[in-house]
Amino acid sequence: MTAILSLRGVTKQYASGHKALGSIDLDVEEGEIFALLGPNGAGKTTLISIICGIVRASGGTVLVAGHDIERDYRQTRSTIGLVPQELTTDQFERVIDTVKFSRGLFGKPRNDAHIEKVLRDLSLWDKRNAKLQELSGGMKRRVMIAKALAHEPRLLFLDEPTAGVDVELRRDMWALVRQLRESGATIILTTHYIEEAEDMADRVGVISGGELILVEDKATLMKKLGKKTLRITLNEALVTVPAELSDWSVTLEGDGMELEYVFDSQAERTGISGLLGRLGTLGIGYKDLNTKESSLEDIFVDLVHKPAARAERVA
Amino acid sequence: MSGLNLHAIRAIYLFELHRFQRTLMTGLLVPALTTTLYFVVFGSAIGSRMTEIDGIAYGAFIVPGLIMLSMFTESIFNASFGIYMPKYSGTIYELLSAPVSALETIIAYVGAAATKSMIVGLVILATAHLFVDLPIAHPVAMLLFMLVIAISFCLFGFILGIWAQSFEQLQVIPLLVVMPMTFLGGAFYSIHMLPEPWRTATMFNPVVYLISGFRWTFFGKGDVAMGVSVAFVSGMLVVCLAVIAWMFKTGYRLKK
Repeated sequence: MTAILSLRGVTKQYASGHKALGSIDLDVEEGEIFALLGPNGAGKTTLISIICGIVRASGGTVLVAGHDIERDYRQTRSTIGLVPQELTTDQFERVIDTVKFSRGLFGKPRNDAHIEKVLRDLSLWDKRNAKLQELSGGMKRRVMIAKALAHEPRLLFLDEPTAGVDVELRRDMWALVRQLRESGATIILTTHYIEEAEDMADRVGVISGGELILVEDKATLMKKLGKKTLRITLNEALVTVPAELSDWSVTLEGDGMELEYVFDSQAERTGISGLLGRLGTLGIGYKDLNTKESSLEDIFVDLVHKPAARAERVA
Repeated sequence: MSGLNLHAIRAIYLFELHRFQRTLMTGLLVPALTTTLYFVVFGSAIGSRMTEIDGIAYGAFIVPGLIMLSMFTESIFNASFGIYMPKYSGTIYELLSAPVSALETIIAYVGAAATKSMIVGLVILATAHLFVDLPIAHPVAMLLFMLVIAISFCLFGFILGIWAQSFEQLQVIPLLVVMPMTFLGGAFYSIHMLPEPWRTATMFNPVVYLISGFRWTFFGKGDVAMGVSVAFVSGMLVVCLAVIAWMFKTGYRLKK
């Protein structure tokens, strides 16, 4: 496979002095679904906007299908389709007109059959003569996707595609994304929901504070994210962790009143029953148990504040 | 892909014309009505008491100025709105991410706005014909002059639309600068009728040269030499093109 998108040392500092992107290096292979995860303000939209030509990079190079986005902007931009985060539409236009407009704008000759297919795939065909102002938010989102697909892009960007979207549209959208991928298109989506990346992506990149702090196969990442913490509140405080519990790498917290055990929730044997059994035989009484899933937010905090952990994860 | 992205030019041009078409009634009726009102007030009520200017009946004398007045405002308004609205609503993302060059963008937006200005100018001309005897000495020159004026002011409007960051800014230049300059630029009188020092002061108003030149195409004479008028119009065209080229090159107020 060849890289359809290749970023080298891409930086962005806005005129206000705000540094939106550190130095981003990234390769995305043709045909994959890549999820860019990150909290709000991490730089996801800035990165996409640079690739699409809406924002100018302060430094670095971006290649799309081997072409430089500045020098060969015609080739790169006609390769790309963009569905932005904000719902912005020409209120007074009809659905079909605005989709045809997009195709023309991207330099493609008229093709009614393709427009019809796109509209049908997005359940918009019946609404093709409706004015955009008459549509609901979800329908407008579909129109924006249709506009992005009107010129048959090889690389599709979906910026926060499911923000404020109902279940049905989300399902339709994912079905469409899979269908697009089967036709050979590459899809890059941004999200701050880990479940979305889990559902769809082949690979995941985590961006935080303008830095791409991790790029990994989904399977590997899910394993790391799958960690859970079991917290056992004891009846009486312990001074040290008993040697008999060394098999579980348990730590003592909360002035000796709590035992913490980190386990892999996706593993066949979590070790919980064994641990609780051992506590029983040792005569250590407990009054409460609770488990906590490590959230994406925890991972961010972990990655951002612990350079060592970060290096380990990247390696 | 090489050469111009003609599909994109066509798409934007038709999009803009479609936008005008939605407001066709007001877009064409308003200039026609305004012209009629000017004729009733200036042509019939006041004009009947005015003597001829340079051997031209007053009613006919004001026609070129009226056409220019409407074309200035229409051109600036339409072209500035055409590019300001996508900026305001956010739909500009699509234009910025499209394989469209600065030149193509200008041809499409300015071309569409200039088309509408030409239509408005011709509607006013036709309306004027209903009221006064109007000789046109140089019809081809007249159409060319109209066209260049339409393009120049649409370019100017386009610049304004990119520069403006609010609706107020969008309106302040047409209303506070262009309108007074037009009224003081000899739309309704010959600058020779002004006493000094106003006459000399007026010579610094570029609109004088535009209206005078346009009047020449009708009556074969104007307040200033035709060559000077042509130089002014060409100068304006060049300046606007240079400013737009700079705006796109630097991404001024278009790209962050």
